[in-house]
Amino acid sequence: MSIASTRYATLDAGRNYWGLLAVLAGVVLAGFAGFLHLEHEGHWITGMNNQVVWGIPHVFAVFLIVAASGALNVASIASVFGQAAYKPLARLSGLLAAALLSGGLAILVLDLGRPDRLIVAMTYYNFKSIFAWNIFLYTGLLAVIAVYLFVLFQPALARWTRAAGIMALLWRLILTTGTGAIFGFLVARQGYDAAIMAPLFIIMSFSFGTAVFLLVLAAACRGSGRVLGDALLFRLKNLLAVFVSAVLYFVLAYHLTNLYATEHHGFEAFILNFESLYSKLFWLGQVGLGSLLPLALFYSPKTRNCRVSALVGASLVIIGGLIQMYVIIIGGQAYPLILFPGMEESSSFFDGVVASYVPSIWEFLLGITGVGIGLILTVAGLGALDILPEDLSDPEPAS
Amino acid sequence: MSLDLTRREFLQGAGAAGALTLAPGVFLYAKDPEAPVTDAVRWGLLVDTQVCQEDCNACVDACNEEHNLQDLGRPETDAQWIRKLNVRDPLGGRTISLPMMCQHCENPPCVDVCPTGASFRREDGIVLVDKHTCIGCRYCMMACPYKARSFIHENLTEQLPDAPRGKGCVESCTMCVHKVDAGENTTACAEACHKDGHQAILFGDLNDPDSEISKRIREFGATQIRADLGLNTGVRYQNL
Repeated sequence: MSIASTRYATLDAGRNYWGLLAVLAGVVLAGFAGFLHLEHEGHWITGMNNQVVWGIPHVFAVFLIVAASGALNVASIASVFGQAAYKPLARLSGLLAAALLSGGLAILVLDLGRPDRLIVAMTYYNFKSIFAWNIFLYTGLLAVIAVYLFVLFQPALARWTRAAGIMALLWRLILTTGTGAIFGFLVARQGYDAAIMAPLFIIMSFSFGTAVFLLVLAAACRGSGRVLGDALLFRLKNLLAVFVSAVLYFVLAYHLTNLYATEHHGFEAFILNFESLYSKLFWLGQVGLGSLLPLALFYSPKTRNCRVSALVGASLVIIGGLIQMYVIIIGGQAYPLILFPGMEESSSFFDGVVASYVPSIWEFLLGITGVGIGLILTVAGLGALDILPEDLSDPEPAS
Repeated sequence: MSLDLTRREFLQGAGAAGALTLAPGVFLYAKDPEAPVTDAVRWGLLVDTQVCQEDCNACVDACNEEHNLQDLGRPETDAQWIRKLNVRDPLGGRTISLPMMCQHCENPPCVDVCPTGASFRREDGIVLVDKHTCIGCRYCMMACPYKARSFIHENLTEQLPDAPRGKGCVESCTMCVHKVDAGENTTACAEACHKDGHQAILFGDLNDPDSEISKRIREFGATQIRADLGLNTGVRYQNL
């Protein structure tokens, strides 16, 4: 397959295609019904409370937003860094990023205490708030991706591809910085208030986004009867392996820095001592299941050339990523705020104790709605637009 | 009085006339309600932890009554604008009890992070939530170092005119802004503490060197909670 001759085609709109869309629409509708119930009753029917104010919906939403940024990896590598092998996949990269971002944003809006005031969020701005900046960064990325895809679809605009790709790359790096800064800028919480949150979220986006891209690509090829060559699949897998390792490095740097400062020892013990739920999730879920096991699958001589291992490894990275978000978002809130360092605190408002959080079905429905929206937009895009190359088989060796 | 007077014109006229009783217990403001709030004053509270009694909940009960904060039997989601916090020093076991509420910071993290500007600080130092522009994102609750804010998790009924509250918005201690603006120069918690004979909570103008609160701070000193954050709180504590 050569780049110049890449031919794209929509997915065949057969029974399987419409069936998949119907299933995804069912997921979205079920989630929306859950939202209506939540909206009617109020948040008391969720597990969220005045101690853990952000819950499962935010785990899914932030994961999707971060993964959306990372789904653009392939587009950046192709259009900015000129890697020919990825160029046929740049369209899918853009579509998937926009779809995942839309899903994540939908969750954030549906979880608001007053989602009916979305217009207020769009018309009143406090520019000292990173949240306000993120509203522009998120909607702006959708616009930047639209421009990027438009350029890709117009052969006459080919010379603008790199410029559009650079714009998308810079925008998404700033966007993920802004997302990490939501937590990094929280001065009072033991688990946050750290500049490393921004680069940590960037590298998490590389990892999660590449994992989602790899799985969606493989599923789209399988569902449409296209051949996905080993070379491309394993190249993506190797790239993902580097990103998974890099996330581990940043996590290590974060915890080592905290461990050096005595004031953070309480929080570090909470996450690392294998006693709290969050600690078990950290070690078994985030580190074991989501990082070390995929790395073993990606690098072990017995499995590194196995397609199933690559797909299983990418799936584990996604599960580990969701768990990592849970540990960061919920664990960071569950650990008690320290008002009097070195003292023991107690009150009727749960001071001094680890906050409880038991997520309800309504929160999961909100989260799954976002995933459903992301996937339905991807599938609809693949069916309506010439996104996926007709041939992704390995190039024949030069004679 | 002409029936087509606007509400503003009516209030202006009433304000100029001074306090006006509309019905038993319902007063119009004694001062001009159109007069802008300025930074000539900075309202604050001073808490003496040596006087505050561990088994006394008068300030909390008074606040709940003043703003009709109801106990819905769900302590994890029920709103608490003020709570009694017990602090024990593991070295020696000394225990103190103190009221904890919005600290009305000069540099409030809740105001910094609020995307719509619904969290705001008045010129006189009182930090409030504009219930018309709060979208219920709860970022201010993540940012508050004092856990002073509550999210309203359910439909409310029987709200009071002076305490507009509703499902899906965040709220916290208003330093009884309705009393302050009416010129009462006190808060429900300070009043209740005084009535109970403890006088652990003192309300006043931190900018006025001759106010009782300023004199006591000058004479005995006072501490900010989490002073390391540099927020310059309007609520200060003695004998921590």
